[in-house]
Order: sequence, then C-alpha cells, then structure tokens
Amino acid sequence: MGGHAPAPASKAGPSGPPPLAKSTRLMRADAEPLKHEAEHNIFHSELMTVAMGPSHPATHGTMQMMLTLDGETIVDVDVKIGYLHRGFEKMSEVATYNQVIPYADRLNYVSPLCNNVGWVLAVEKALGLDVPDRCKYIRMIVCEMSRITDHLTAIGAGALELGGFTPFLYAIQGREALWDVVEELTGARMTTSYTRVGGLRHDLYADFEKRYRETRAEVEKLLRDCDKLLTKNRIFVDRMANVGVIGAEDAIDFGFTGPCLRSTGVDYDVRVAAPYLHYSRVQFDVPVGHKGDNYDRYLCRMEEIHQSFKIIDQCLAQMEPGPINSPDWNVVLPPKEQVYNTIEGMIAHFKLIMEGVKVPAGEVYGYTEAGNGELGFYIVSDGSGRPWRVKCRPPCFAIMQGLKPMIVGSSMADIIPTFDTINMIGGEIDR
Amino acid sequence: MSQSVVDAIQARFPDAVVSTHAWRGDDTVVVKKAQLVEVCRFLKDDPAMDFKMPVDVCGVDYLGFKEPRFEVVYHLYSLTQKHRIRLKVEVPESDLHVPTVIGVWRGVDWFEREAWDMYGIIFDGHPKLERILLYPEFVGHPLRKDYPQRGYQPLMPMPTLPTEVS
Repeated sequence: MGGHAPAPASKAGPSGPPPLAKSTRLMRADAEPLKHEAEHNIFHSELMTVAMGPSHPATHGTMQMMLTLDGETIVDVDVKIGYLHRGFEKMSEVATYNQVIPYADRLNYVSPLCNNVGWVLAVEKALGLDVPDRCKYIRMIVCEMSRITDHLTAIGAGALELGGFTPFLYAIQGREALWDVVEELTGARMTTSYTRVGGLRHDLYADFEKRYRETRAEVEKLLRDCDKLLTKNRIFVDRMANVGVIGAEDAIDFGFTGPCLRSTGVDYDVRVAAPYLHYSRVQFDVPVGHKGDNYDRYLCRMEEIHQSFKIIDQCLAQMEPGPINSPDWNVVLPPKEQVYNTIEGMIAHFKLIMEGVKVPAGEVYGYTEAGNGELGFYIVSDGSGRPWRVKCRPPCFAIMQGLKPMIVGSSMADIIPTFDTINMIGGEIDR
Repeated sequence: MSQSVVDAIQARFPDAVVSTHAWRGDDTVVVKKAQLVEVCRFLKDDPAMDFKMPVDVCGVDYLGFKEPRFEVVYHLYSLTQKHRIRLKVEVPESDLHVPTVIGVWRGVDWFEREAWDMYGIIFDGHPKLERILLYPEFVGHPLRKDYPQRGYQPLMPMPTLPTEVS
C-alpha cells in the first residue's frame, strides 16, 4: 500500500550498521551549527515509534496507530482496528431477518436509523417487495434526521478535540434535541430498531410535525452559532485547511464514499446516483469540496445538514395518510384482530415468529447513503428464514485505509483533525 | 448493474468466464482464478467499463450448500458509467489461494485482509496479509460454517511493545 512514505530505517542487519545511525557532535552551548548538516539530523538522529491508542483521550473510537516519527513528522503509520469486533456477521447467520435489525442499530450508533433502513431495504430487494408510499417517506425522514445527528457529532467532536469546547456543547445540544424527537418516536435515543422488513414498527405520533419544527428551529440556531464560532475562526481554519489532503483519484481508488469523497470534488451520492425510497421526488443539492482537505470535509457536513432539513420538509409536505406496512402476511405480521379471530391470521403470525421471513434463494447487494457514505449489505440467502451470509460494507472501513496517505509527511498534531473529519465509528468499522 | 458489462467480459475473455447470472438487478460474473487479475485490470482501465471504485470484497463459505466451498466476491462501481458489477471467484477448500488485486485497486487491501481473517483465504502477493479485526493470536477463522457459533477462546496476554525502532 502507499508508496507515499519514505521507508523507515531498518534494523541493523548482518551487512552493516543501521543506516540512520550517524556520529553526532556533542552540543556545546556556544557551538555553531555545521553548514551542511540539516538541523534535525543533529537533534533527531533516530526514528521513534509511538503507540497512539487504543484508548487515547483525543480520539473518539477505539483504534491504535503505530506511528513512526521523525521528530514531529510522521514517517509511517500502521492503523490497527478491531477493538470493538463483536461478530455482527456471525450473529446475523443465526438470526431471522427481523432479528438482525437490533444488531444493525449498533453498527453506526450515531445514525442508527440509517442502518435500520439500509438493512431492511437490502432484505426487501431480495424479496422483491415494495412498501407503501407513507412508509417510504417516514423512512426518508428518520434517515435524514439520523444523518443530521451523525454530522453534528462529527463536527462537535472535531471542534472539541481542537480545543473548541463551546461549539462541541452547541452541536451536542442540537443532536440531543433531535434525539429527543427520535426517542419520542421510537422509544430509544440510539438503539431504535424502528424499521421492519416490509414496513415500520408504528406510524409517526400525532404532533410529530410540530415537535420537528420546534426542534429544527432550535438546531438551526445552534448551527448558526457553531458556524460563527468555527467556519471563519482563524485558529480552526489554520488547523483544518490544507491538512489531511487526499486527491479525487486516490480517494476513489481507496473506495471512499460519503462526505469524504465529496470533499475531493466528486459528486457521488447514492441518493442521487441510484435513488432509493422516494429520493427521486425531492429536490436537494449535493455539496462538493475543492481539494479534499479537512476544511472541505467540515464544510460538506455543515451544508449537508441544511440539505437534510430541506429533504425532511419536502417529505412532510408530500406525505399523505395511509398504510405504513406491506399487506403481504408472508412478510409483515398481521394485525392483532386477525391473529386472535381468524385461522389465517394466526397461522401467518405463528410462521413469521417461528420461522421468520422466507427470502428466496439468491444474493443481493443493497446499498444506501448513510452518514459516512455508502453502507452496503451483501446478503446470500438459501431460501430459509435466516440469512446464509451477511456482509456489511461499512463506509469508514474503506476510508480508514486512506488515513495513512492523508497524514504521512505531516505533523503529529494533524492526526487529530484528520481523524475527526474521517469520522470513524468503532461499531461500524469493527462490526 | 449492467448487462453490457457482462457481455463485454464474455466477449473479451471467453475462456475466463465460468458462469453468469442476474437476479434482482444485480449482474454477476463468475471468473476463473487464473484470469482474475487480467479481468480486473480490463474492468478498471477500459474506458467503457471504467470501474475505478472497489466497493467491497468479501468471502463466503458454502459448506454443505454447494461446491466448491468458498467464494470471494468483488463488488465494483463505475462513477462515470454509473454501472455496477459483481465479480466472483470460486475457491475450493483444497486450494485456498487467490491472486490479490491490490495492484489494480489499492482500496482492496483491508477487505482482502478481512477475508483472510474471517475465512482463511490466502491472497497471493498481498504485502501484509495479517488479521485485521481479530488479534494475532486468534486460532481459526470465525466466519467459516464449521467454526462454532459460540466458540470461546481465552484472551491472550498483551503483546510486548517494540522497545527499539523497527
């Protein structure tokens, strides 16, 4: 991989002394520096290995970076992940399709509803099932709300780790305000499990729209404050601009998606490139950056929050009352009156609970735009009620591979803003 | 996904294609191991294909379901042509070697490491084929169907940190 980094000095082999060990002058206080000797060679004649993480106060998420440093400059980095591996794919193989939904919550736990929706859409693709219009709009609304909370977390935590405590509090206050609405809807802040194969657990509550409008006003006010505190802040811009740069070609080669790819100027968004649900019926812009540095990624996220609000507004305007679940009793549980009063309803209920939704044998790859990029689920079905194989394609897994070319050659302090704008989520990358 | 990609691969590499199928709009091409890198190179460099983005690489274990036992699945996407393709390679249990395509897309690095970690599929030519989600001392490959669902392994002592520059 790479080829960007100069090769680290190797250990003393049988052939001779280590290449970087040089005779060093004793430093006299009154000594003049030698003309032809670079200063850093006097003070730092050896490379240093530093283990950053797995539990580091300035990184949110558990991962380890084995850094090889030349003074403050990063020469090489080895990124180690897997500290939060829980076996999502192995567990999914013994769960029914609906039982995977709670596991999917825990993938990207700052935007759980995106994962819920992504999973059921992949299963519905395998089933060849279409859901009612109202269900699609509600799924879009909750998806976009989750995207906003995801971006707010990334922005807030990024500001915090650069020393900006105030914007962190504002962003988290906005996130919590949105999560209050989500909690009233689903019963939980993060472990939502709101979607079902073929529908939703329940409809929106009566004054959802009113609560959403209040929250939107609050979040937008907080966002304006964050914007004023960060976007033109000299210290923040100096730390972010021209740091962690990656070009469009490299980003595509590494499989980047989401805000990290769009910041390089590539306008790839799954919602536009392959519209799912009713994304083809709403108007929104896809923000793209200029050169793929941290500042571009920050600006992309800020703008996407506004676009998400725009999408939710249009969904609420276009949405009409109606059923939220598919009428197919092979997929969706029948209403309770039917279960208790008719033999057909009772058998359908029994079969669905005991055996799960039967997905025809075959393989599909369902993909959606989650907070960090393209979230894909590759499902292999053997025709039974449980998946034969589930592969989750987490967006930040591909992006974390690109961390090395983004930070090699820059200063050690640049790791923190770069890592923040990548927005690695441990639950998602390690599964 | 796109039928034209399947046709192009079949026309260009008539010997390499084992089978093709399409289901729910996903086009799949199963190719022979020996020509995998060639096919990938063609898919990336040909302007009409232009699969510049490696989306996903994963292994699948079909123990007791079909033969050969393993498969490696590549999902590719083209940003300019806006089409997708699923490429598969069959891997029998007796010969777990697959050539790496890291020379075509750098982004498959970690995905191939994960397939090795979870299934024990050996990617020939990969510069650093090490465990990625599990720890180095772990024994076995947990996503294989013959690995127990509740398999338990004791945690290993902390590895010693390097004391000198490596």
